[in-house]
Amino acid sequence: MSVWEFAVIAVLFGVGAYMVTERSLTRIALGVGVLGNGVNVVIITAGSNTGEAPILGRTGDLTDPLPQALVLTAIVIGFALLTFLMTLAWRNWTLTHDDEVEDDVEDRMIASRAERMDKSGDQPHHEDVVP
Amino acid sequence: MMLFVAIFAQFAVGGLTLVGLRRRPALAAALGVVVLACSAVLVAARGIGGAETSSYSVRWLPILGFNLNVQLDGFAVVMALLVSVLGAAVLVYSLAYFEHDGTYARFVGLFMAFAGSMFGLVLAEDLFTMFVFWELTSVWSFLLIGLNDKSTSARQAAVRALLTTGAGGLCLLAGVGILQVQYGTTSFSELLAAGPSGNFAHAAAILLLLGAFTKSAQFPFHFWLPGAMAAPTPVSAYLHSATMVKAGIVLLARTSPIFADVGVWRWWVVVAGVVTMVLGGWRALREVDAKLVLAYSTVSQLGLLTVLFGVGNRYATYAGVAHIVAHAIFKVGLFLGVGVIDHEIGTRDVSKIGAARRAMPTTTLAMVLSLLSMAGIIPLLGFATKEKALVALLDLERDAVGVVALAGVVVGSVLSVAYSIRLLRAVLRSDVAPERSQVAAHSSVDADHHSSVAVRIALSGPVVVAAAVSLAAGLTAATVGSWLVAPSKSLDVNAVSKLALWPGINDALITSAIVIAVGAVIGWRAPLSQSATSAATGERVFDGLYDTTMRLAKRITAVTQSGSLPIYVGVTLLVAAGGLVAGLVIDAPRLTGGVSWGSPLEALVSIVAMVLAVGVAVARPRFAGALFLGGVGYAIAVLFAMRGAPDLATTQLLVETLTIVVFLLALRSMTQKTGTHVGWTPRVLRLGIAVGVGIVVPLFLLAARASRIRPSPAQEYFARSLDEAGGRNVVNVILVDFRGFDTMGEIVVLAVAALGVVNLVRRAAR
Repeated sequence: MSVWEFAVIAVLFGVGAYMVTERSLTRIALGVGVLGNGVNVVIITAGSNTGEAPILGRTGDLTDPLPQALVLTAIVIGFALLTFLMTLAWRNWTLTHDDEVEDDVEDRMIASRAERMDKSGDQPHHEDVVP
Repeated sequence: MMLFVAIFAQFAVGGLTLVGLRRRPALAAALGVVVLACSAVLVAARGIGGAETSSYSVRWLPILGFNLNVQLDGFAVVMALLVSVLGAAVLVYSLAYFEHDGTYARFVGLFMAFAGSMFGLVLAEDLFTMFVFWELTSVWSFLLIGLNDKSTSARQAAVRALLTTGAGGLCLLAGVGILQVQYGTTSFSELLAAGPSGNFAHAAAILLLLGAFTKSAQFPFHFWLPGAMAAPTPVSAYLHSATMVKAGIVLLARTSPIFADVGVWRWWVVVAGVVTMVLGGWRALREVDAKLVLAYSTVSQLGLLTVLFGVGNRYATYAGVAHIVAHAIFKVGLFLGVGVIDHEIGTRDVSKIGAARRAMPTTTLAMVLSLLSMAGIIPLLGFATKEKALVALLDLERDAVGVVALAGVVVGSVLSVAYSIRLLRAVLRSDVAPERSQVAAHSSVDADHHSSVAVRIALSGPVVVAAAVSLAAGLTAATVGSWLVAPSKSLDVNAVSKLALWPGINDALITSAIVIAVGAVIGWRAPLSQSATSAATGERVFDGLYDTTMRLAKRITAVTQSGSLPIYVGVTLLVAAGGLVAGLVIDAPRLTGGVSWGSPLEALVSIVAMVLAVGVAVARPRFAGALFLGGVGYAIAVLFAMRGAPDLATTQLLVETLTIVVFLLALRSMTQKTGTHVGWTPRVLRLGIAVGVGIVVPLFLLAARASRIRPSPAQEYFARSLDEAGGRNVVNVILVDFRGFDTMGEIVVLAVAALGVVNLVRRAAR
């Protein structure tokens, strides 16, 4: 493993983590793409040393083929995921002219109910037993 | 076999009533009486007081060692008779007590289901079978307490009872589990033979006691029982005095011989029993509602039974069995009697129930007899059994437990006499005028269904019969006592004793006389009307716990379920990074070593990749972001190529190109720049998470590389690739041959994603 691999992984993960915590679905998708690349590099770096392509008949130190097979699958599946995400973003945009992920309304309601209960000293016992 | 038939017949009537006979509740009740009577005859036919045992077993979960085992031994005969005979009596009573509407149909159905469960519980031969029926009785009890589902207090009482007994049921289950795992059996006889000892036996014993104490309302779980009096009188009379609350006592009776020598057992049982007995007696002396007086007296009497079965002395077990019978008979009579009075004059206030005396002399006389039995006064059955309890306790060794038990029971008995006498005064009081209005209302309703004579007979019949039995059994105490020897022996082979109407002058009788004298004085002087008593402390503690739990749950939900995707993702990232850090800290692997400086070309490509990646984050236009992402992908492809992975590089190039196309297609209709609305949380925090993740992941990778403990399976693939799969490119062979199913799964994922995409696009386009 070289210092450069170290640095690339650090930057890809950092940028990916930064972007998936946004609200715009487009930027989340971009973040997922960057993270995916980072993960692929991690798997390759973790599993093998640099060497010749794992093709029988080649001379020299062959690299480990197994991580490559795994990452190959991961690349394709990552593409499927990105495509689906972007379709969602596109659909959201055509319907609402926005691709932001809003807060879940139901979750918000539970939170405000708990606040009300704390303020008023409401008795949940009675409230919840009444059908 | 017949035992199971009896149990299922009772369930069947219950189910039939709930489903098919909703409109004919009286018919259902009659059917129920017949089934219960048949069960009683079936049990009695095995011989009251006989020593032979019959059992039957159904294989249920043989793999886990769980079967349904029922057994009719002496003790089971006594309990099963109580359950079925009292059940039939209460059912007859209920015919006159309720109006025959949908609620009554529900009552009959639940009642029969309950009777079936209780019947099964007392017949259970092992703890697992007992647990199954035990939980069923908890559920039916919940539904019966809440029978009047329009009343908030009834629903609350039902919830309280369910949660308390349900928690106890879970403890019981845990205890059963421990015993099953440790000894491979839950059968009472086999456990007795195994003689449990050690830590596991201790844990199991404590759990079983928790189950028994919650069910039988022992301190500190006594609070739910008086609350359960929100149920209609027949329910209270049957479930909460005569049968269900005895379930815990039955458990104690069956397991005391097994665990008597396990350290905590005797102490805890005796202390809980004594405290319950005194506390219940004290409260009974102060309550104004006659039904609550009876409820607390039940709590108190259950305390006495707990002590008797807990001390595990050969006389005490016999006294316990005898007192179960005596208590069930007089208590059912008293509850039903209070119900009659309530039904007739519309009040249960102890300062007013005297008004019923003149209208109902027979019922009043019956109640007086039952009260005298409860006080333990000669010549009623209660005298003989209470006497026997004192004999047993006086016979105990004078060690600490024995002294506590004796002193507690003497104090408790004084209180028992006192509250009995107080209630006696209330019933016999003559200086109260009846409140006529409610009487009229009740009679007019009833006139629609019955002639009032039939109602009278059905209502007061069971009360009178119960009192008569208390008296008759007291007068023939020696005979009744001889029937109870075999039942006691089935619990504890050493059990021995007899009942007597006149035991002769001895320590117990003298103690008894003193107890009655002191109790009578207290009972005679205790005021009938008391300032309103506050809710029981146990009840308040329970409600506090309940409310706090609910509030805490809401608050936790409010905190954890904020509804914000960025927060969810952020927390997920933090937890993942935290896990990696924990791994690094705990295992403290070598991080250095194996790090090279790389070639200049690698440095160049890596720098390009990093710059482009930062570009993805910094560029506001969506379009630019997508292009930068593509650039990152291409740079990574070059890195792959340089690392000896040409297949990866090719795939990466193709897929990145496709990705750019997809992005461009999707972004075509959107505005250029993404929104600036990202201020959900401090940007610093997001940067912090990003930097943290960016540092931890490569560090962990270093550690992982340094910690390899097995060689890669690569050599095997190299060796087999050409021979078995005929391919030289090992990566390709792995994909299409060695791990072909992975690839198939991958294709399925692609297909599913494609279907999703097509559907989303077509719907939105419409």
